[in-house]
Amino acid sequence: MDDSVLIRTVDLVKIYPMGDQKLIALNRVNLILRKGEFAGLVGPSGSGKTTLLNIIGSLDSPTQGSAEVLGEKVETLSHRKAAELRNKHIGFIFQTFNLLSVYTVYENVEFPLLLLNLSPSQRKKAVIAALEWVHLADRAKSKPPQLSGGESQRVAVARAMVKRPDLVLADEPTANLDADNSHHILDTMEDLNRELGTTFLFSTHDQKVIEHLRRKISLVDGRIANDETVGDENRRKRP
Amino acid sequence: MTILKLAVRNLLGGGMKSWLNAVVLSLAYVTIIWTQGLYQGMDQQVSRTMIDAAVGGGQYWVEGYDPYDPFTLQDAHLKLTGILEELAQSREAAPVLIVQGTIYPNGRVQAALLKGIDPEQKVLMFPSSFLKDTDSEIPALIGSRMAQMTGLRTGDTVTVRWRDVHGTFDAQDLQIVQVMATSVQTIDIGQIWVPLKKLEEMAGVENEATIVIVKEGLVQADDIPGWTFRDLDFLLQDIKQIVRSKTVGASIFYAFLLFLAMLAIFNTQVLSIFRRRKEIGTLMALGLTRGRVIALFTVEGALHAILAALIGAVYGIPLLAYFVAKGWPLPAGTADSFGFALSEKLFPTYSGGLVVGTTVLVFIITTIVSFLPTRKIAKLKPTEALRGRLS
Repeated sequence: MDDSVLIRTVDLVKIYPMGDQKLIALNRVNLILRKGEFAGLVGPSGSGKTTLLNIIGSLDSPTQGSAEVLGEKVETLSHRKAAELRNKHIGFIFQTFNLLSVYTVYENVEFPLLLLNLSPSQRKKAVIAALEWVHLADRAKSKPPQLSGGESQRVAVARAMVKRPDLVLADEPTANLDADNSHHILDTMEDLNRELGTTFLFSTHDQKVIEHLRRKISLVDGRIANDETVGDENRRKRP
Repeated sequence: MTILKLAVRNLLGGGMKSWLNAVVLSLAYVTIIWTQGLYQGMDQQVSRTMIDAAVGGGQYWVEGYDPYDPFTLQDAHLKLTGILEELAQSREAAPVLIVQGTIYPNGRVQAALLKGIDPEQKVLMFPSSFLKDTDSEIPALIGSRMAQMTGLRTGDTVTVRWRDVHGTFDAQDLQIVQVMATSVQTIDIGQIWVPLKKLEEMAGVENEATIVIVKEGLVQADDIPGWTFRDLDFLLQDIKQIVRSKTVGASIFYAFLLFLAMLAIFNTQVLSIFRRRKEIGTLMALGLTRGRVIALFTVEGALHAILAALIGAVYGIPLLAYFVAKGWPLPAGTADSFGFALSEKLFPTYSGGLVVGTTVLVFIITTIVSFLPTRKIAKLKPTEALRGRLS
């Protein structure tokens, strides 16, 4: 496989049983994503965006076809191997932030590093750096219920980025944010993509996110309907 | 180590909820130890009281004597000789002569055992000294239960009829010189204590006894011709049996308490998993394996047990120490209902084995009931957990 290829799906199919019926969420999806991309799966609800994101993130497995992520075939991964792949190489950002409410901001960001068995000093250095990327170093001791929506999502970004993953998967990351916070978060992620070379793959139907994407993959009824690279002239200009 | 660290964070981060769970569990700890300590104390107290007031350090029985068969009493007496005589003279043993009799209190007829004891005896903690230096022809001592059953009070006289060794019936009035308050029913109900010498005269014997009670700590297990030595295991076996049956009841209560506490933990864990399914999905997405998620929840449960033990120690130790020092008063009139010698106050005893055993048992069971519901996590798909579902 080409070294620059991070994700490759071949004839990917996902079918959910719905009683006697079957729901085809993904229908022969073929996709290649390269390192350093800032891409998005775009489409209406039910188009298969989140399903594809979950399979790429090894949270789910395909019914047919193949999904190769960082050289690992998701459909053949054991639970343990899938967990290891997520732990070491993939960061997740969720629509509802999914912060651990009993932990402080610092502890939330530190969590993935605890699983990597880094030393306390290494963890501290990485957590402080991650909080500085998202401008939340001063809120390290706060707990999630004390944060605004924008701040919570910035913590989620820091948590996803703290281990310097190869890939960040963001599922509707701005759905619960206002316009200002949405652009702020997206600007942060763009900066991280540029500075650290981290690959970002979004699932979204939010126009604010779409304006930031450099590649737009449109899904309709579980199929890729369009896959286009967006030039800088067509992307949102920073104020 | 990571799992332990995360479990500690979850426990402490749980705030009020964690403390509340631990406090409830600590109540189970303390209540279980408290009740078991009461029964342990009861066991020791009953044995102690019986030894002090009735059985001493063991007894020699005349061969053929059967306390449950009054017909054996006619021939159950033997002269004290040799070592028994020496022990009696040195007051290291208390000979007791037992004669079957009948009393006529207030116009009624009632069987009674006449027991002759040396008023100067030092073997039992028994108020035999009331029987000496009285003006009465036959001074008699009875227990409070006997007094209640017969209607006799201190100063009353009552006619007693008995049969001497020659088979001749005789009768005389005896005077109640004292009604003793005792918790030991075996020296009380149906018994009248009189001076040994007086009873010997009445029965027509000299220097004879039915049983010889030896001082506690004086090991006299050698066989003496005509006598059989009964040790404490034998003499306390009925009492021990009753206490054991009471302890079975306590154990059922113990198991019930433990069951309730475990049900609370189990319920908490099930609710916790239901409520935290999205968190579980997040943990899985962040790279925690199913096994480690299960370990995390199980360790969290176990930590609740440890926290509960610490909380229980904070208020439990002073509370239990108070009861050890002051005793636990039984409700008035209930002491007799147990069927054995029990004072109006129970003094619990808490052995190291009881405390450590209960703590370890509760810890193990808490860990198990924390583990059981988390097995459901093993079936959970990360995507379903993230959506807040349980498969």
